[in-house]
Order: sequence, then structure tokens, then C-alpha cells
Amino acid sequence: MMIYIYTGAIVVLAFLLVFSALYAIKQKDLLYAVIATGVISLILSVVFLMLQAPDVALTEAAIGIALTTIAFVITIRNTSRYENDNTGINQTK
Amino acid sequence: MQMIQQIISVSVYGSAIALLLIGLYAVLTKKHLIKIVIGLSIVDAGLHLLFVAVGYINNGTAPIFSPGNENRVLQMVDPVPQALVLTAIVIGFATTAVALSLIIRLYKHHKTARIDEIKTLKW
Amino acid sequence: MKKIFVILLLAVIGYYVTSAFQLIPFGENRIGDPTEENNVAAYYMNNTKEKSQVANVVTAIVVNYRGFDTLGEVTVLFLATTGLGSILYRRKEEEEERLNKPSSSLLQTGSKLLFPLVVLLGIYVFIHGHLTPGGGFQGGAIIATGFLLMLIAYQKYHVGHSMLNWVESLAGITFVTIGLWGLLTGGTFLENSFLPMGTLNSLISGGAIPIIYIAVGFKVAAELTGVLDILLNTKEK
Repeated sequence: MMIYIYTGAIVVLAFLLVFSALYAIKQKDLLYAVIATGVISLILSVVFLMLQAPDVALTEAAIGIALTTIAFVITIRNTSRYENDNTGINQTK
Repeated sequence: MQMIQQIISVSVYGSAIALLLIGLYAVLTKKHLIKIVIGLSIVDAGLHLLFVAVGYINNGTAPIFSPGNENRVLQMVDPVPQALVLTAIVIGFATTAVALSLIIRLYKHHKTARIDEIKTLKW
Repeated sequence: MKKIFVILLLAVIGYYVTSAFQLIPFGENRIGDPTEENNVAAYYMNNTKEKSQVANVVTAIVVNYRGFDTLGEVTVLFLATTGLGSILYRRKEEEEERLNKPSSSLLQTGSKLLFPLVVLLGIYVFIHGHLTPGGGFQGGAIIATGFLLMLIAYQKYHVGHSMLNWVESLAGITFVTIGLWGLLTGGTFLENSFLPMGTLNSLISGGAIPIIYIAVGFKVAAELTGVLDILLNTKEK
């Protein structure tokens, strides 16, 4: 019985990983894409624990969720927020 | 039993290779610089999952000698790929931070962060 | 047109990578015979328990057997911090405000309560790195998250750059000194047998491994805090 729950959990988490990655590169609002990258790190940390690697899970949780997301958000604050932002000084038209 | 192992193997390996290909597509096709760095971060995640998945052994346990099981060397998962991935995660974060600082500096000069609008070569 | 070429290239790469990983079946026991000659994983696992008396095998591999790679990684983090500081350089007169408006009182009170607890958790994680899962990198990242909480909540909170530089330099000097001491007492670089080994599962065990990991923990915490401090103090205009 336990092994069926384990298998179902791994299949669901793998599907959520691929779906979050597709969402992250498809979205035009960059803040949503960055949050999706944080969700990828979170699910990856749980999958590392299921593959019996607690050190790697701790490192991925501490660095991937908090620090990478905050570095991206600071960059978005200092540059543009949307992807099709056309206010450059070298416009073609 | 055989089919359950097949399902777990396909889902773990398949999602790792899918993450690798999705990140590579984002690096090759997108035009906004922050999207390209997000793609690099996704490639890192897929690669780390692939490494740790190679070192897994069926019915294995974590490689720590806790006070209960000091004689179970033959039932632990492989500890060498975990040590390599530990280093790789920290270096991936350092690379991402330096790339983002270059984007901030570029935006201050050109007032845009898209690579098809930066047409002059001088800094 | 370009996207079709990209998708074709990705399909070829995906096919070859998948067929290469079909030759490594998932979950099969590849460690093999522990008494063989060139069996690296079994050698590490057996000798960690007998010679080094350390409970966490991954810690023993990262600090003792592959300690030179850890020295290289710490150097890479140091170079990243230096590069970041020199790219986003600003003069002293141009310091501006970090927040647009003051944060709410819930955030201020919560941060002041949580900050000592988070730093305590980080110090606990890297002191017990050789007994439980954890170690220098994890503890350093947790301490940097605690400092980030205080930097976001308060406008006037400032982490002294000279203190961060001192902590980082002293920790790096400790690491290299322990390595050179092993060389001076007639062994190899980063050898682990000049301090008493102790017994398994007690706090003082494993020779110089806890001391090296404590130094690495302080160094990683100082570097990550420096990176976040430089990033948070740049403003757009």
C-alpha cells in the first residue's frame, strides 16, 4: 500500500515540475515567472528528500528558494517589469 | 513490481531531461535578458536532479551513521554524487548573482533590457 | 523559422541524452563488491566509520577526501562577491534611501523577534555538521536569510562592511592554515590526523573536520550577506 502512495506522489511532483517550468518561460509578467522559478526549487527540494539525500535538500531549500528569488526581484525592481517594454533609446521606428 | 519501478524511473529521468530542454529553449529563443537568466537557472535545476537520481539505490537509506544503524554500510545510497551536487548548487547561485548585476548595469546605460534594442557596441 | 530549427536541435539533443541514460537503470546497485580494488564509494563509506569517526559520510567526503574542491568553491564565492561589488560601484555621496515608504509595524516587530532565533538555528546547523545533515553551506545560507529579514524591514539597519571583511578574511586564513599545518607535520595537505579523533556520535570527533566546517560556515554567511547588502543598496536613477 505504501509503495502505491510513494509512486503516486513522485508522478504528481514530476508533472508539477514540468508544468511550473513551462509557466515560467511562457509568462510575460516577469514577477510571476520568478515566483514560478521559486516553486521549481521548492518541489525539487522535496524530491531530493524522497531520493534519500538530506544534505542536498537542505542546501537547495536554503539557497534556491530564498536567495535566488530575492536576487531576481531586486533586479526586476531596477529594470523593467514586463517583457515587451519598449522605452529604449534605440527604437527602430 | 516491475511496472512500478518503470513508472518511477520514467518520471524522474523524464522530468530532469524535460527541465534541461525547456531551459535550453528559453536561452536560445527569448529576447529579454532576465528571461535568459531564468532559463539558465532552470537548466541548473534539471542537471542537479539528474545527478542525484543516478546515485539512488532501491531500498536504500540516507548515508548517515546514526546511533541505531552503525553496521548497515551495504544498504546506503551512493554518497559521491551528493557531495558533487552540494558544491554545484552554491556555484550556480554565485553565477546567477553576477549575471543579474551585469543586467542592472546595462539597464542604467541603455534604458532597455532587450537584446534586440541594444544596437550600439560601445559601452 | 528560427524556432523550427531550435526545436529540431532540442529534439536531437533530447533523443541522444535519453538513449544514453537508458544504459544506467534507475535504482540498480552499482556500488558492487566492497573488497574490490578501485571501489571508490565503498572505500569512502568504510573508512569514514573506522578511521575518521565521523557520522555524516557526505560531510567527510566534502571536507576531508575532496577538501581541495571545497577550497576552490570558497574561492569562487569570494570572487563573485568582489566582482559584484566592483560592478555596482557607487560613491559615498550617492547613497539614497532603500525603501520607498516605511514598512508596517507587523513586519518590524516580527523581524526583531525572529532575527536572533534564525541566527541561532544557523549556528546550530553548522556546528553539528558532522553528526546530522547540515554543515557550513547550509548554516551560512540560513544566517544570510536572517540578515536579509532585518535589511528589508528597517530603513536604518546597516551591516558594517569592514566587519564582514574581517570575518571573511579570518575564516579563510583558518582554513588554509589548517591545511598547511597538515603539510608541516609530515603528511599531506588537509590531512586529518593531527588532532584526536574522539568517539563516534559525540560533538568532539573527527579531528579537524568540525573546525574547518565552522570556518566555512562563517565565511559563507559573511559573503552571502555582503552580496545581498550590495544588491539592496542600488537604486535605479
